[in-house]
Amino acid sequence: MARHLIHRLIQAALVMLVMSFLVYGLIGLMPGDPVELMAAGSPTMTPADVARLKALYGLDQPLGLRYWHWLTAALSGNLGFSRLSALPVIDTLGPPLANTAALMISSLAAAALAALPAGAVAALRHRRPLDHALNLAAFAAISLPVFWLGLVLIIIFAVDLAWLPASGVETVGGGGLVDRLRHLALPVAALALASFGHYMRYMRAAMIGTLRQDWIRTARAKGLSWAQVVLRHALRNAMIPVVTILALDLGTLFSGVLVTETVFAYPGMGKLIYDAVMGNDYNLALAGLMLATGLTLFGSLLADLLYGVLDPRIHFR
Amino acid sequence: MRQCRRFVLGLLLLICLALPGAARAQHDQLVIGISQFPSTFNPLIDTMAARDYILGLARRPFTVYDKDWQLVCMLCTRLPTLGNRMAIPETLPGGRIGVAITYTIQPGATWGDGVPVTTDDVLFTWQVGRHPQSGVANGELFRRILSVEAKDARTFTLHFDRLTFDYNAINDFQILPVHLERAAFAEPAEYRNKSLYETDTTNPGLYFGPYKITKVVRGQYVVLERNPTWWGRKPAFAKIVVKAIETTPALEANLLAGGIDMIAGELGMTVDGALAFERRNRPEWTVIYKPGLSYDHITVNMDNPALADRRVRQALLYGLDRKSMVQQIFQGKQEVANSLVNPLDWCADPKVKTYPFDPVKAGRLLDAAGWSLGADGQRRNAKGEKLSVELMTTAGMRNREVMELVCQQAWKRLGIDVTLRNQPARTFFGETVLKHAFPSLALFAWMSSPENVPRLTLYSDMVPTKENNFAGENVGGYKNPQMDRLIDAIEVQLDRDKRRDLWYRLQELYAEDLPDLPLTFRADPFILPKWLQGVEPTGHQYPTTLWVENWRVGE
Repeated sequence: MARHLIHRLIQAALVMLVMSFLVYGLIGLMPGDPVELMAAGSPTMTPADVARLKALYGLDQPLGLRYWHWLTAALSGNLGFSRLSALPVIDTLGPPLANTAALMISSLAAAALAALPAGAVAALRHRRPLDHALNLAAFAAISLPVFWLGLVLIIIFAVDLAWLPASGVETVGGGGLVDRLRHLALPVAALALASFGHYMRYMRAAMIGTLRQDWIRTARAKGLSWAQVVLRHALRNAMIPVVTILALDLGTLFSGVLVTETVFAYPGMGKLIYDAVMGNDYNLALAGLMLATGLTLFGSLLADLLYGVLDPRIHFR
Repeated sequence: MRQCRRFVLGLLLLICLALPGAARAQHDQLVIGISQFPSTFNPLIDTMAARDYILGLARRPFTVYDKDWQLVCMLCTRLPTLGNRMAIPETLPGGRIGVAITYTIQPGATWGDGVPVTTDDVLFTWQVGRHPQSGVANGELFRRILSVEAKDARTFTLHFDRLTFDYNAINDFQILPVHLERAAFAEPAEYRNKSLYETDTTNPGLYFGPYKITKVVRGQYVVLERNPTWWGRKPAFAKIVVKAIETTPALEANLLAGGIDMIAGELGMTVDGALAFERRNRPEWTVIYKPGLSYDHITVNMDNPALADRRVRQALLYGLDRKSMVQQIFQGKQEVANSLVNPLDWCADPKVKTYPFDPVKAGRLLDAAGWSLGADGQRRNAKGEKLSVELMTTAGMRNREVMELVCQQAWKRLGIDVTLRNQPARTFFGETVLKHAFPSLALFAWMSSPENVPRLTLYSDMVPTKENNFAGENVGGYKNPQMDRLIDAIEVQLDRDKRRDLWYRLQELYAEDLPDLPLTFRADPFILPKWLQGVEPTGHQYPTTLWVENWRVGE
């Protein structure tokens, strides 16, 4: 087990290193740079100003050299300043990370709590009206574009009914926990509905496959009740592929969801990373994307470990 | 199970109803929606409309263009001119003519922490502005100032290295509080990160306008409250909140839900978004469309052999029904542009040559240029080459793409083969436009300013090339010594009437030569509640918030 863990951690470090190089290179290869774009929108900036600012931000240096400077600083724990916010990267990441964590954990929990039982029930009622109804709901949820769903929710609950705020994280001036929950309600609903369909379909398929296994029939023949067979045996085994999906989604938990954050003016990691990439804010973009990569790798490791818990036959060598 | 269901329902009800809905704006508070959050609050670092909009509530420039596009004093007491002898030409070493201009700071001007605004602040600002590592965007203004002479605590003289017609406009000389910012400037290269505008944004000593920033939630909103040290008229609202909401639908939803009271025209909805809003008939709001400084046009690549012929460029413009196009797309809220000078500018020539839709004339011009119409409906030259152009613009910008399609259809009717090739904004501007790399035509907008001399965009030595590291914004490669001479002459002509004549000649030449095909000046839609009065859109880059003390609650 320990050997497996060490092996996976070394793998993860290598992936992170390659990812950082690729991300840095890809941002660097994007056409134009922020100083040129700033000059295009400012009638008073001269070519001399453009050259001076490029030198100041290091945009006139070769890409490889810039990457090396970043890497050595990052390895010594210095992530630098965000060019876009003029704040240390750590300070810039903090609030959006917390916002995204609240949004994504809530929506993942809501989606999983609704989708997993629904998928299991659909499998148990395979090809019956309830299965068809749940399938229809799942396909509808998958098909609805999140931005459209978000706008519809805003129109109904914020504009027409005026029950919930249309956007943001909190009422101006801060309004406590209930206020934050009210602001979370609509984006969570939009995201949870979008994820519900996927999770429900995975769960249903896994459960149908499990219920067809010989050992399920054996368990029934041994005299176990249907509820015991489903809850103790079938459900646990059907969870293995679903756990993989949920664990791999861990990375997206903290990398945010650009469209939802934009529609609900919710300042999260998705928008932050997007703005950082588009604004050539290397320090911020790298930190955000490395965090997402690290969490995805961690999620994958977590899934491996959970297999062992869910299925005692799985051992690590 | 039933208990569990009740609990969940109860929790949902609690979330929805426990608190009253989003607080409806009270009239002692104004909530403004804008589409961007500023990346910096330092008035000198970078250039950003969102930052300028918010700082317009909390600070004042020395001079600025007002809603009538006249230069006026804000932080200074009287506008220096050659006539009132507050600006005096002086001969510099080497014989060049410079100018010494004396300004006096408003007597009541005081930073929000009670420290008076003085000439020490002016001297410090000049040091920051001219330092190559401080990160100041418009360094040109500070480099032109050779020295600053403090006469007393409130009066100072700036010695400029040249005498130009806009000699007394120091709009970008945004004063900094030396008593707070000196320590941050100890290492100039770190100033942009260590400035208190970034590290202690709510410090009252950073502001001296009608409001001071009291809370910043990055990416979301900025709260401003009345500044007790403000010397001018007391503003009507105790508190102003500026919220950043990026998309037009979300801005509209927030307006309807009461989350915001108004949408700023400078940074708000697009014209089509505002038109859609108006169509839904919302009587609580007024929509004002103010023509702005964004000049939509098609820049012509002068190196293209076919387009190098002026007659072909003129034919393209005659063959385009711009009036109908603008009417259809913007429903009359924008007008056809006939020149690069905004019609609101005093130097705009009302009699400049226009190009009304005339496809017959367009055809004759093309014939004269050697492009004859063949039986297949295509125009060809004597060598049998087809007249074809490639029109490019930014992908995903709906209005531009519609204009592009209209152009394609119109020019196809003239027998011109038009292909469209759009690119994402980053590629289009970063690689294609700013590097003079489009083969024929590029549709985009320039940002202008009042009486903006087109040196960067039309002067011969401003063509971006590899040799000059793509400096300059004359992206079409237009070179005309007559235009260069006019630009040089306008910059140093101090007599307004004579300068107007020069401007008219420049516009005449521009309209004749057509280095760009003018389309329209973009309008900015301001969506204001009926009860709010006194908001007067300027149409230029200086935001309405600079006159916030005139905003009032009406009937």
